[in-house]
Amino acid sequence: MSDSITPPARARIAADIGGTFTDVALEKDGQRWTSKVLTTPKAPELGVLEGVKVALARAALTPGDVEVMIHGTTLATNAIIERKGAPTGFITTEGFRDVLALGNESRYDQYDLNIEIPRPLVRRRHRVTVTERLDNAGKVLRPLDEAQVAAAARFLREEGMQAIAIGFLHGFVNPAHEKRAAEIVRDVWPEAPISLSCEVSPEMREWERFSTTVANAYVQPLMAGYLARLREGLNAMGMAAPVFMMLSGGGLTTIETASRFPIRLVESGPAGGAIFSAHVARQKGWGKVLSFDMGGTTAKVCLIDGYTPQASRVFEVARIGRFQKGSGMPLRIPVIEMVEIGAGGGSLAKVDAMGRIQVGPESAGSDPGPACYGRGGDKPAVTDANLLLGRYDPATFAGGNLALHPDQSTAAMAEHVGKALKLEAPMAALGVVEMVDENMANAARVHAIESGKTYEARAVVAFGGGGPVHGYRVCEKIGVNRMLVPSGAGVGSAIGFLRAPVAYEVVRSLYQRFMSFDRAAVNGLLAEMSEEASRVVANGSFGAETTEHRIAYMRYVGQGHEIAVVMPARDLSEQDVIDLRAAYDTEYARFYDRPVPGSDVEIMSFAVTVSTLVEEAEPVAAPEAAPAPKPIRHQQVRDTATGEVRDWAIYNREEMAPGCKIAGPAIIAEDETSTLVGPGWTCAVDGLGYLELVKEG
Amino acid sequence: MSALEQIQRQIQWNRLIAVVEEQAQVMIRTAFSTTVREAGDLSAGVFDLQGRMLAQAVTGTPGHVNSMAESVGHFLAKFPAASMKPGDHYITNDPWLGTGHLHDLTVVTPAFHDGRIVGLFANTAHIIDIGGLGMGPDGRSVFEEGLYIPIVKCFDQGKPNETFFDFLRAGSRTPVELEGDVYSLCACNDAGAKRLAEMLAEYRLDGLDDLAAYIFEASITATRAAINALPHGTYKAEIHSDGYEAPVALHAALNVRTDEIVVDFNGTSGLSSRGINVPPAYCRAYSCFGIKCVVAPEIPNNWASLLPFRMEIPEGCILNAPRPYPVSVRHIVGQLLPDLMMGCLAQAVPDRVNAEGSSCLWNPPLRGGSQVSGQNAEVEDFEVISFNSGGTGARPTKDGMDGIAFPSGVRTMPVEATENVAPVIFWRKELRPDSAGPGRTRGGFGQIMEIGTKGEAEFAVNAIFDRVANAPKGRFGGGEGAGGRVLLDDANGTQLRSKGFQVVPKGRHLVLHLPGGGGMGDPKERDVALVKADVEDGLISAQAAKALYGV
Repeated sequence: MSDSITPPARARIAADIGGTFTDVALEKDGQRWTSKVLTTPKAPELGVLEGVKVALARAALTPGDVEVMIHGTTLATNAIIERKGAPTGFITTEGFRDVLALGNESRYDQYDLNIEIPRPLVRRRHRVTVTERLDNAGKVLRPLDEAQVAAAARFLREEGMQAIAIGFLHGFVNPAHEKRAAEIVRDVWPEAPISLSCEVSPEMREWERFSTTVANAYVQPLMAGYLARLREGLNAMGMAAPVFMMLSGGGLTTIETASRFPIRLVESGPAGGAIFSAHVARQKGWGKVLSFDMGGTTAKVCLIDGYTPQASRVFEVARIGRFQKGSGMPLRIPVIEMVEIGAGGGSLAKVDAMGRIQVGPESAGSDPGPACYGRGGDKPAVTDANLLLGRYDPATFAGGNLALHPDQSTAAMAEHVGKALKLEAPMAALGVVEMVDENMANAARVHAIESGKTYEARAVVAFGGGGPVHGYRVCEKIGVNRMLVPSGAGVGSAIGFLRAPVAYEVVRSLYQRFMSFDRAAVNGLLAEMSEEASRVVANGSFGAETTEHRIAYMRYVGQGHEIAVVMPARDLSEQDVIDLRAAYDTEYARFYDRPVPGSDVEIMSFAVTVSTLVEEAEPVAAPEAAPAPKPIRHQQVRDTATGEVRDWAIYNREEMAPGCKIAGPAIIAEDETSTLVGPGWTCAVDGLGYLELVKEG
Repeated sequence: MSALEQIQRQIQWNRLIAVVEEQAQVMIRTAFSTTVREAGDLSAGVFDLQGRMLAQAVTGTPGHVNSMAESVGHFLAKFPAASMKPGDHYITNDPWLGTGHLHDLTVVTPAFHDGRIVGLFANTAHIIDIGGLGMGPDGRSVFEEGLYIPIVKCFDQGKPNETFFDFLRAGSRTPVELEGDVYSLCACNDAGAKRLAEMLAEYRLDGLDDLAAYIFEASITATRAAINALPHGTYKAEIHSDGYEAPVALHAALNVRTDEIVVDFNGTSGLSSRGINVPPAYCRAYSCFGIKCVVAPEIPNNWASLLPFRMEIPEGCILNAPRPYPVSVRHIVGQLLPDLMMGCLAQAVPDRVNAEGSSCLWNPPLRGGSQVSGQNAEVEDFEVISFNSGGTGARPTKDGMDGIAFPSGVRTMPVEATENVAPVIFWRKELRPDSAGPGRTRGGFGQIMEIGTKGEAEFAVNAIFDRVANAPKGRFGGGEGAGGRVLLDDANGTQLRSKGFQVVPKGRHLVLHLPGGGGMGDPKERDVALVKADVEDGLISAQAAKALYGV
C-alpha cells in the first residue's frame, strides 16, 4: 500500500465513470474488491454511489472505513462532445473576435470537400471584444477600456450566459488586464463563474489558450454541480473521506482545485489506464512498455518509459472527423500522451473501391452491436471476425451472459466482405482481423516515430476487452516479443487511480535564449511556480513527502517542436545553465541522431510538477514451477499469419496457478476477455498472477 | 494466388502507406523551416525502380502531388538506379525537375534490401530561404530568384558532399536552417528505407515489383471506374487572375471520356515577365488535385491513380513556363486551377463541386529595418511571413468554410508566435463581415488583417495577393464573394498594388481584406434562420440580409 497518502490499515476506493460502465475498485490490506455498474448519465453520482455500495458490501466494509476516495470521470469530455455545457460568453482583445473560429485555418482532410470544421463552443455573438492590447513582452500598447468590459458583462448576462471566459492576446505574459477585467465583471455580475486564460492555460499560442479557457468555463457549472452532489451523496451514506480527482496528466487533486479547473479532468479515465500499465511495468521492473488498451470502439496506445507514461501538453477533444488529427478542439493542459484510433470489437468492416478491406472507424457500438449479438446488426464487426476465426466460444462469451450467433456473423461477413473479394467468410474474417491488427500496429509505429522512440526491447501491456485478444499479433507486427496481461484489467483505470500520486503541474511561458539568459527572472518564476504547485498538493497530501520535477521546453531557435529537458529542482547556478544547454544537445541527438552545430537554443516554457512519492512496487519472487492445468477443451482456430486451421487448447484463467506455463497456440479464457497465445508464443503465470507471454526464438 | 496472399498484399499496401507517413512525420519533427514544421508544406513517397510512385504520405500539400511523383524519373535519368549505393542521397530544387520553384527541395534516396536496390524514397519540402530576391514575384528570371541546385549527390555512401554544403550555406540568408533541413530530408528518407526493408523481410519479398503491379492495377481500375461513372463530354470553363503587369485568363476544356480525363488549356494567357509563371508539373499537380477531389477523393495517390488524368498545356502559356522564366510565386496562378477544374466539372456533376473560393493564400512577406529603411531604420532587421486564408466556396449542401486554406493544405501560425519572432504587431485578424458570396449555401467569410510594427516604424510588404480585381464567383445563381483589398490605414484608405515590393510609411498600418468564397444557389432559397443567425453574429449586416436574402 501507499506509504505516502494513507496509513496502511484503512480502505481506499476509486471510481471511474466511463461511457457505459462505472467501475469501482476498493483496496484494503493488500486485498482488492471491485464492482461494475451501469453509468447513469442523467445523474452520474447515482451510479458512483451504487458502485461504491456494491464494492463495500463485497468487502464487508462500511462507508466510514474508507480513508480516501479517488474519482475520475468523462463528464467534462462528454459535455463538450455533446455540447451540453453552460452557455458561455467570451471577452477578448479588440480585433481578435474570431480566434476560436479561425483555428489554424487548415483542413484536416485534404481531399474531402465536405468536411465539417469544429464549431466553437461560444458563438460569435457571445464573443465580445474590448479595447486593450499588450505586446509580446507584456507591455501595454493600449490600456484596458473598463467601461467596455462592464458593458460586455451586462450584455452577456442579459443574453443568458452562465459562465464567462476572458482571454487577451499575450495575457499569459502579463495577466494584469485579464485580472482587472475579471474584477469588473464581478462588480456588475457577482455570481458569474469566470475562467481566465492566464490561469487556466498560461502558455503561448492564442487559439489553444483561448480554446482551453472557454472549454473550462463551458464545463465549470456542470462539474461544480456534479461534484457538490457527489459530496452530498457520500456524506449522506456516511462517508466522510476526502475525495480526490484524477487529472488528465496522471496526478490527483482536490475537489476544490478540480472545480476551478475542471478542464484538467477531461481524459482522466484513459489516464488511469496508463497509470495502471505504468504500475504493472514497475512491478515487473520493465523500463519500456507500450500500454495497449482495446475496447469496443477504439484502441488506445501509450508509451511508458521508466514507469512514467509519456506526457504531453496539448490534447484534442471532440474530434468530429473520424478520429482524424486536427478535427477537434485543442486543449493545452498537462495530459498523458495517447493515440486513440477507431479500432475496437465493434468496428465495422467493408470493402472499398480498390477492393481493400477497411475496418472502422465506424462502429456498431453496443446497440445493435456486432452481427453475432443477434440484435439486428447486419454488418460485420471485428468481434464477428474473431468469432469466425474460432477465437471465441459462442456459449461462454462474456461469462456466458451474451449468447453469440455465429450464423449471423457468417452472413454479414460473406455479404459485406467476402462477396466483393470472392472469399469465404472465414478467410474474409482473417482479412478483417489482419487489417485491424495492421491498423493498430501502424498507429503504434507512427506514434513512436512522432515521439522519437522505438519498439526495441519494449514490452506490451494489454488490457481492455480486445487487448489480450489482438495483442500477440500486434506485437509481432511492431517487433515486440514480450506481452503482459495483468489481472483486474476490466477495471484497470479505477485501479490506476489508486496508484496515482497527489500531484499538480504548473506550466508558464517565459521566453529565453541562452545567449541572453536571465537567470534571476527564470529563478524567480520557477520559485513562484514551485510555490503554487506545492500549495495545491499540500491541500491533499496530508503532509506526505513530496518530490519536485522541473522541465524546460527547449528547441533550436526557430525550430518547431520543443523537447522536454529535465532541470534540477533548485535555483539555477551559472553552471546549471551551461549544463542545461548541453543537456539539450544530448537529448536532441537522442531523438534525431545529431545535434545542429552553431544554432542557439531557446526555451519556450517551463513546467514544475510537485507530487507525492509514487508507491514502490514490492519485488515479487518468481513462483515455484507449477503444473499446467488441463485445457478445458480444444477449439478449431484459424491462425491469421498463416491461414492454417488447427486445434488450439483452451484454458480457464482461474485454473492457471502462478508458476505454470503453457505453449501456444492456446487461448486463456476469462469472463471479460480472452488472451490469445499465438503459435510460437508461450505463456507463464507470474507471482502476481499476471499472464506473461513470450515469443520464442 | 491464394486467398492468404491476396489478403497479405492488401496488408502490404496498407503498410507501405504507413511507411511513407512515418517518413513524413520524421521530416516534420526534424525540419527547421517553419514552412515544413508548422505549416506542413511537404510531401513524401516511395517509388519503384522505374520511378513510378507506389504510395504517398497523406500528410502534405497538393502542390507537390505528382510534381514530386514526376521528379524521381528525372533523378533516374541522370543517376541510373544501378549506379546508386547505400547511403547515397540526391537533391535538386530545379523548378522544372522538381516541384515548381527554387524554394522546394526534393531529395531522392535509394532503398536496399539484402544488398540489392529495391526502390526509392523521395520527399519535397518548402524551405524558408534560398537566397536571391526571396519569396516574391519581382524576379524577371529564375536566376534572380535564388540559388539553383541541379540534380547532384549531397551524400555519397553516407559521406556529406562538403563542396555542395559549402555552396548551399553560402547561398542562403539562413544557412544553418537550410543545412539542417537537408539533413532532415535525408534522415526521413532513411527512416522510410529502413522500414521498407523490415517489411520485405517480414513478408519474405525480394522486391516491390509484384506489390507495385497489384497497387497499380487496383488503383487504375478504381480510378477508371470513377471516371466512367461521370457523364462523358467536354466541359469548358475559365477563371481570371489579377496577374502582375496584366490580367491573366486561364481556360480549360475538360474532356471526360472512357478511362481518362484530358484537360486542354488552350486559350490561356501568355507568360508573365514576373514570377507568377507556372512550370508544367505544378500545373498538372493542382489540376489533378482539383479533379481528384471531385472524382475520386478516396483513391490513394500513386502513379496509376494519377495516370488517367492528362493535361495538354500549350507552349508559351503561363501554365507552361519554360526555363529561365521566373516562377517563384507560381502558387498565385496555380492555386486557381482546382477552382477552374470545378468550373468544368460543375457542368458534369453539379452536386459534387464547390463555388469558387479565395483560392491562393494571402501570405504577406514582411520586411523591416535596414533592408527597407537603410541607416534611418527605427526597428531591428526582420523578415517574417504569416499564412492566412480567405473563405472557401459554398458547397452543394454546406456553407463554405471561413478563413480556411483551399486548395493549399497549409496551417497558419499563432499571432503570438509571429509577434515573438519579429517586431510586428497584428492589430486585427478576424472575419470580414459581408464578404461571403450569398446563396442557398453561402461562401466562407474572408478576413480583415491590420499589421504594423513596434513603435510604428516604416516597413515593407512583398505583396503576393490575388482576387482583388477578380472576386470568387458563385455557381448556380449564388453571388460573388467579396474581392480582396490591399490598403493603408490612412484617411483615404490608400490602395496598394496586389503584387510586388511596397513600403508602408512610418505611423501607418497595412490593411488586408481577404476575399470571401462564392455562394451557391439562389440566396432567396436560403433557410431564413441561418441568415438571421449570421446577422445576430455580426457576419451579415441587416442591410445585406435584406438586399441579398430578402430577410
